[in-house]
Amino acid sequence: MVLILFVTLFPFYWMLREAFTHNSEIFSDFGPWPRHPTFVNFLRVLGLATPAQQQAEAPGSYQTLNVFRDLLNSVIFTAAVALGSVFFCSMAAYAFARLRWRGRDVVFGVFLSALLMPPIFAILPNFVTVKSLGWIDTWPGLLAPYLLMQPFALFFLRQFYLAIPREIEEAAQIDGLNKWQIYWMITIRVSGAPLATVLIIQAAFAWNEYLWPLLVGQSSSTQLLTAALGSFVRNSPTSAPDWSGFMAATTITVVPLVIFVLLFGKRLVSNLQMTSGGK
Amino acid sequence: MTSGLVQVSGRTRERPPAERPLAARRRRRSDLRLALIFIAPSAVGLIVFYLWPLARGIYVSFTNYNILQPPTWAGLGNYQAMIHDQQFWNALWVTVQYVLVNIGSQTVLALGIAVLLDRLTRSLFIRVAVIFPWLVPNVAVGIISLFMLDKTVGILNHGLEAVGIPSQYFYQDPHQAIITVALVNTWRNVGYTALLLFAGMQAIPRSLYEAAEVDGAGEWKKFIRITLPLLRPVLALVMTVSVIGSFQIFDTVSVVYQQPIPQATVLYYYIYEAAFAQGRMGYASAMAVVLLIITSVLTVIQLRLLRSSQTDLA
Repeated sequence: MVLILFVTLFPFYWMLREAFTHNSEIFSDFGPWPRHPTFVNFLRVLGLATPAQQQAEAPGSYQTLNVFRDLLNSVIFTAAVALGSVFFCSMAAYAFARLRWRGRDVVFGVFLSALLMPPIFAILPNFVTVKSLGWIDTWPGLLAPYLLMQPFALFFLRQFYLAIPREIEEAAQIDGLNKWQIYWMITIRVSGAPLATVLIIQAAFAWNEYLWPLLVGQSSSTQLLTAALGSFVRNSPTSAPDWSGFMAATTITVVPLVIFVLLFGKRLVSNLQMTSGGK
Repeated sequence: MTSGLVQVSGRTRERPPAERPLAARRRRRSDLRLALIFIAPSAVGLIVFYLWPLARGIYVSFTNYNILQPPTWAGLGNYQAMIHDQQFWNALWVTVQYVLVNIGSQTVLALGIAVLLDRLTRSLFIRVAVIFPWLVPNVAVGIISLFMLDKTVGILNHGLEAVGIPSQYFYQDPHQAIITVALVNTWRNVGYTALLLFAGMQAIPRSLYEAAEVDGAGEWKKFIRITLPLLRPVLALVMTVSVIGSFQIFDTVSVVYQQPIPQATVLYYYIYEAAFAQGRMGYASAMAVVLLIITSVLTVIQLRLLRSSQTDLA
């Protein structure tokens, strides 16, 4: 168990340690903590370092990250995708779980098929679609494919809505509420836990998204942290990679997750079993 | 993460038929109008970003198309080219190797961790810690691993040298490249898989273990005779979902290599390159169709496995 924890957490410690180390020392300094701890790498990747500091730490590396903006973009993207997809998919899930209408199961089957599609398959035509709409490098382009439909959220919530006791709705119906009111006033009120779980999972998913943001969000106003990090690494000189800069930038990506986990970790692990089909 | 979904599909007809008369009469009115309002946003998303791309992608796979000019019909040309494309077969083979190493190591390790979690601890902290890497973006994991596995400055090679093993190239070594990618992703995902299996284990009645203990069974025997067979449905589900996800390996490869060596060029990357670096949309789409067929076949197998094993837990 200790070994598992060590293997799981050590890379993060090492990332952190390196982020506080001068680039010039990474060849010689393998101790458990940096000999001359420094904040300069964080200043550099946040765009706050002086040119002299930049030159001293990473000579020849002219590119800088503007992590502030990317971080903000990523937070907006994550929040928008999570809230939007859960909001819309929850409504659809309710329609599939609780409303009666002809063709429901057939239409649900069509929705189910969306799960089978490898994302790359959609990305090629979606890129063309978004391009023809003139949405490359815009927020609508970045968000549109995620916002309305997330198969996972839809199916997870449908499964949960199927399990809500009918008596609750029947009682509300006798009290004169219609289905529309029942959904907004009752169903989503009693579904706090699963809605929160899906929100968390969708947020984790959105935070991790890479290829689509890389293709669509290219200017600083739409670039996400993952895409920025990816191109930062890919475009750095192979001969002398700016390791300390990488690690500082990566740390900035990971820190929000630590906060996230401190806030929601308990709910995440205790609700995961609902998604695995375990009881 | 989608492991529960397939069960959902089987539930549609499980409605209890017996309902109280009043409720039944009320519900017989069709809710079609409201349903349309409720599914409309998702339906738009489905049509524009899933169904239309599906149709479009299949169509484009039969054309020559470079985004700038309208597609021209090519018949089966792209598919014929694919059959003769050594790089395509290489990419497919690399992907299969990746899937085998990744899924193999991940499943074994996840089972082990799940058993430990189940037996030893109720600690929430440990469970959260174990799942943490899964929350970290692939890109970040790729960069951290790139640094730790580096030939000269990597801590792992430093450790290997300290115990007398020569340092390794890992990502840059043709023999180790795809294994390295696979194991790094195993590291990221194993905790998540373990927690899913752990959740599945909670459904196994404790009394079975107690009975086995009375009969003198040890931990290993209990695992083989009780845990594994009763976990089979969950395990099959988790594994097949992981395999499908595993076929879509891309992020790590695209981050750790500026230009992947052939031994690490996975199919997803090859498709990406054909589409966006070379502008061969038609050819890329044809390869995406093949990937779609592979994942669809795997899904069918998954459904089969699930159905055939459903009676196990009764």
